[in-house]
Amino acid sequence: MSTLPAPAPLVTVANKEFWDATAEGRFMLQKCDACDLVIWFPRRNCPECWQENLRSFDACGRGTVYSFTIVRKGQNDYKDAAPFVYAYVELEEGPRVMTNIVDCPVDDVRIGMPVEIVWHDTGKGNALYRFRPAG
Amino acid sequence: MAPMSIRGSAYVAGIYEHPRREIPDRSIFEIHTEVALGALADAGLTMKDVDAVFCDGTAGMGTFSLVSHWGLRPTYIDNTETGGSSYLAHVGHAAAAIAAGKCNVALVTLAGKPRSGSAAERMQMMAGPETPFEMTWGSGGAANSYALAAQRHMHEFGTTARQLAEIKVAASIHAQHNPNAFLPYAVTIEDVLESPMVSDPLHRLDCCVVTDGGGALVVVSPEVARSLGRTNAKILGHAETIKHTENGRIDLTHTGALWTGPRAFAEAKVGVKDVDYASIYDSFTITVLQTIEDLGFCEKGKGGDFVSDGALVAPHGILPFNTDGGGLCNNHPSNRGGITKVIEAVRQLRGEAHPAVQVPDCQIALAHGTGGSLGARHGSVTLLLGQEDA
Repeated sequence: MSTLPAPAPLVTVANKEFWDATAEGRFMLQKCDACDLVIWFPRRNCPECWQENLRSFDACGRGTVYSFTIVRKGQNDYKDAAPFVYAYVELEEGPRVMTNIVDCPVDDVRIGMPVEIVWHDTGKGNALYRFRPAG
Repeated sequence: MAPMSIRGSAYVAGIYEHPRREIPDRSIFEIHTEVALGALADAGLTMKDVDAVFCDGTAGMGTFSLVSHWGLRPTYIDNTETGGSSYLAHVGHAAAAIAAGKCNVALVTLAGKPRSGSAAERMQMMAGPETPFEMTWGSGGAANSYALAAQRHMHEFGTTARQLAEIKVAASIHAQHNPNAFLPYAVTIEDVLESPMVSDPLHRLDCCVVTDGGGALVVVSPEVARSLGRTNAKILGHAETIKHTENGRIDLTHTGALWTGPRAFAEAKVGVKDVDYASIYDSFTITVLQTIEDLGFCEKGKGGDFVSDGALVAPHGILPFNTDGGGLCNNHPSNRGGITKVIEAVRQLRGEAHPAVQVPDCQIALAHGTGGSLGARHGSVTLLLGQEDA
């Protein structure tokens, strides 16, 4: 079990609302009022109907592991972090998001495992969303 | 109006693969020039004949830089950038441009130095809107992303590490006949399984090699092809797409070949059983396994069984593949294996592959490129090439 670094994400005019919300522990998803689709990652126009009808809401923060790998050699910010788990988590709301699985031995991670969100402060006004086995 | 098709509208008349795998003494643009001249000489043409230039996004500013570097005044240019599959897309685009009368001699080049290049020469791409949500979690290389696809495929279909290893073994059996190969020797399943784990479930030997180098192709009109007096590869069909994260619903168990395969086969008017040789993009063993399934060589999920009986070993397997040793053993120049896929397919159609791996009477060859990542988004391009009377 390693402690992962929390590098600040690249904040742009297109994703600032999302990253600002992470400082308050909120994982914002978007749902299109026109076509009812919950999408990932954040954007201005719905990728199904291209209208600006995307409404933000807070995800519940629970999901399951869709797939994962144990990274055996980290690079850059993660140079000293290996082994650690890089994964897709399928949120209860539908989207599959890239993330890390933390707070458990890397060998314990399984596809289908229920997980819940944890926040790691970047020290730059936002936090990284990661997931741990659901308690 | 009859449906448009590029079938027979153009030929691959020239090929060249840089023989070296580490090139510290040449710039990337010098390598572009070297492979361009090599492919033109192979075709029996010169730089003066070139009226169309194709390259990916890694050559400075693409054709913007290359055309001025070479002092050309082309009538057609194309910078299509879909990672390692770019060059297969270039061939399809060149055929369409030739069919439309826009050009007659198209030059496609690739060069890169991931092994010996300076930081500037190994420069990364610009960030896209997806970057902050995908590159923040410690994915230090393509292996991590492809491992996600491998893990899910194993979970859904029971694919095993041993089955993936069979793919490396087949490539290595071919590579031992290629003196330029980065890994010119045969390996066993045990060698693969005992190599260090890079990103579970992928071992080091499930990964392609990292090499400097490059390659080039010359695509010409039927009139030019006839004037050259040698065996050229007729372009029969082409299809391309981008497979991506589907707005958050990515399915990691298939590639874009699921969509490009049927379209390319339809345009070529041939079927899966007609393919004598296949160059299958092999950034990782899982890339080959999923692509074989998606192209229809076996049922979805049965790729592990399919590759386990020597099916991929030339010359007599059911589907002889990557007879140059592929990206897994021979060459993955600039971390992009698409151009060598086309080059080896043309060698097979010309009967110029190594005799130990030459497929007898090779009439129809397939080349498939997968550029980018199975774990997020990739360009997927299928090409079908054939003999003159195919």
